[in-house]
Amino acid sequence: MYKLVVENLAKRFDSRIVFKDISFELTSGESIAITGPNGSGKSTLILCMLSQYRPNKGKVSYLSDQKILSEEEIQQNCGLVSPYLNLYGQLTAEENIKFFTSIRGKNITGNEINDLLIKVGLEGRGNDNVAEYSSGMNQRLKYAVALANKPNILFLDEPTSNLDDQGKDAIASIIEEVRLNSIIVIATNEKEEYSLATNKCRLGN
Amino acid sequence: MPPTSAGLATKCLTMLIKDLRLELRDKYALNAVLMFGITTLAVVSFSLGQSNLPPHLLGALFWIIMFFSAMSGLAHIFIREEDSGTALALRLSAPPDAVFIGKLLFNMILLTVLTLIITPLFFVFTNAPVSSLGSFIPILVLGVIGLCSATTLIAAIIARAAVKGALFAVLSFPIIIPLLLTLVLTTQKLFEGSGVSNVMTELQFLIAYMVVMIVGSLMLFKFVWTE
Repeated sequence: MYKLVVENLAKRFDSRIVFKDISFELTSGESIAITGPNGSGKSTLILCMLSQYRPNKGKVSYLSDQKILSEEEIQQNCGLVSPYLNLYGQLTAEENIKFFTSIRGKNITGNEINDLLIKVGLEGRGNDNVAEYSSGMNQRLKYAVALANKPNILFLDEPTSNLDDQGKDAIASIIEEVRLNSIIVIATNEKEEYSLATNKCRLGN
Repeated sequence: MPPTSAGLATKCLTMLIKDLRLELRDKYALNAVLMFGITTLAVVSFSLGQSNLPPHLLGALFWIIMFFSAMSGLAHIFIREEDSGTALALRLSAPPDAVFIGKLLFNMILLTVLTLIITPLFFVFTNAPVSSLGSFIPILVLGVIGLCSATTLIAAIIARAAVKGALFAVLSFPIIIPLLLTLVLTTQKLFEGSGVSNVMTELQFLIAYMVVMIVGSLMLFKFVWTE
């Protein structure tokens, strides 16, 4: 059982306060939708939770069965899908999936990669260079890379951006499946997306 | 998909293989260092004509070519991650130690390839004493490792800056001065006919420099990479 604890988190850039006093707790099987107008700090909050920005106040803790996870354990258990996270364009989809799995110290077989590519709708495109992908295909591949790691905590920033209707349906069913056993944090303004979450956190006015 | 207890060595190797694969596909850094090195060497040899330079100038000339060739390509390893927007994915997935060691090894391979091409050409074009080539090899090895260990951390620092290329040389220069001076002095002695036994102090310094730089960089890299 994993737990994500956010306590009194605050972030400002120079004198501009992005958000303050953000607190919530999530355990495996729970999810939260972070909503708010553009520039309200949804992505910043996600990056703070992933230790990519240092918060000005408060803290974020990850626990597994009451034990606080180390930085390496957090890396192994977290996944992120977002528009500002890029994959290697000169590598193929399969090579990207293999690299991001191996660098976390996990193994993945060719069959498992194929299954993932089928799941995200990239069947038969695994050997193409990612640079040749459309933005929608790139988004699908980001899900495959995140899922290959079997994340216990999944962060989704604008989860269906660039996706067509078929892609949105595929991603919705993936989120439904993953959220049964994992924590999901979704940053979005789309009603369809935040209806997938069990909790809600609104930023800004 | 059971998790394995893959050690740091496996992760470093994964990192290195990924970078080698990317480099073999776009050859950006390789072309930069080779073109710079060969062009500079050609200009130097045309300028010299048939005249033979004294050993102390030959040593300096060789390491000037190596230094500026290295400056033209070694920073690329981190700049590529930042410019292509893949640095975030890497920060979220890979332990900092694996990133640093993988990229240090990549830079060492890159500079070794340059050295293997430049050194024989340098001996041919400048009429440097070939008898010193055997004893020159340990200095070359330590020079390559020293240059890479000193510049890889700086490459990570400047990768997020706006004026990357200029900043890389400016920041690297003061750190590399002791290394370059020792390499030039040692090379000069070898070209003058001294054996390896006569440059033991310099060799000890080069080894100590390499160890200090690698250990220091490993300790500092995490803060440079994640902050």
